[in-house]
Amino acid sequence: MMTRALYNLPNWNLRSPFDQLDFLKKEIDSLSGAFLRGTPFGALPGAGVFPMINLTENANVYYVRAELPGLKSEDLDIQVNGKNLTIAGERKIPSEGDSAKYHRSEREAGKFSRVIALPGEIDAGKVKAKLLNGLLTVIIPKAEEAKPKKISVR
Amino acid sequence: MSETKDLKVKEKQEVTSAAEQTKPGLVFTPAVDIFETDNEITLLADMPGVASHDIIIDLRDNILTITGDVKPWEDSEESDVLVEFEIGKYYRQFTLSGVIDQEKLEAKLEDGVLRLVMPKAEKAMPRKITVTAY
Repeated sequence: MMTRALYNLPNWNLRSPFDQLDFLKKEIDSLSGAFLRGTPFGALPGAGVFPMINLTENANVYYVRAELPGLKSEDLDIQVNGKNLTIAGERKIPSEGDSAKYHRSEREAGKFSRVIALPGEIDAGKVKAKLLNGLLTVIIPKAEEAKPKKISVR
Repeated sequence: MSETKDLKVKEKQEVTSAAEQTKPGLVFTPAVDIFETDNEITLLADMPGVASHDIIIDLRDNILTITGDVKPWEDSEESDVLVEFEIGKYYRQFTLSGVIDQEKLEAKLEDGVLRLVMPKAEKAMPRKITVTAY
């Protein structure tokens, strides 16, 4: 692979040879984003809205996954409206008391709200969500007419 | 009445360390809060997607190493529509200044946040010295 020879990168669990080019594109995007951040041309990662999501699909279902550490299900508000999925909530970081002296504070707390437009029609009544170990998985079944139909050739 | 600010999206920080892995994969740096009280030092690390049996906490030679393994979430039948973040294990190392009682570490994982409590060794606890007036 060209990129591997040039950069001596290990071969990740990539599904196709073009995934390495995708990774290279992401690296370059984030490098140029770092240069331009703070200017009108700067880019935030992904869609620029918290949280970042991975949207995948198989023949029957869409999966939306987001990393939300420290969130409990009562702080999370998930809604479906037409083809839009809204993930909103608030991350709270409990206070550790007045006597705590901080060495480092890298985690952030705050509110977030994001609307994700799904590419096809969905069955809104059967959407399920689970939150395990800080990872949110929303399982969205596709509407019957949006599922791929096999056409047999006689 | 306090206003809660909005969370900003951040890239996941990748580790740029020298040690290579035996298995291929990405390695990320978890965000960490460290604070101390009179009796202990507590470390809180955000490690979403890690189950409690996949965390390794190692403390030797005053170096604390935290590793969290993430199992792949997707079946092979899923195809990607929009991928904004990658998954990979979490790894971070800290140097402690020798004040920790290494036998008594306690770790708890809740909602993807690791809470590691490290009690200070006896001699490191602050001692109040009262001044007697003559």
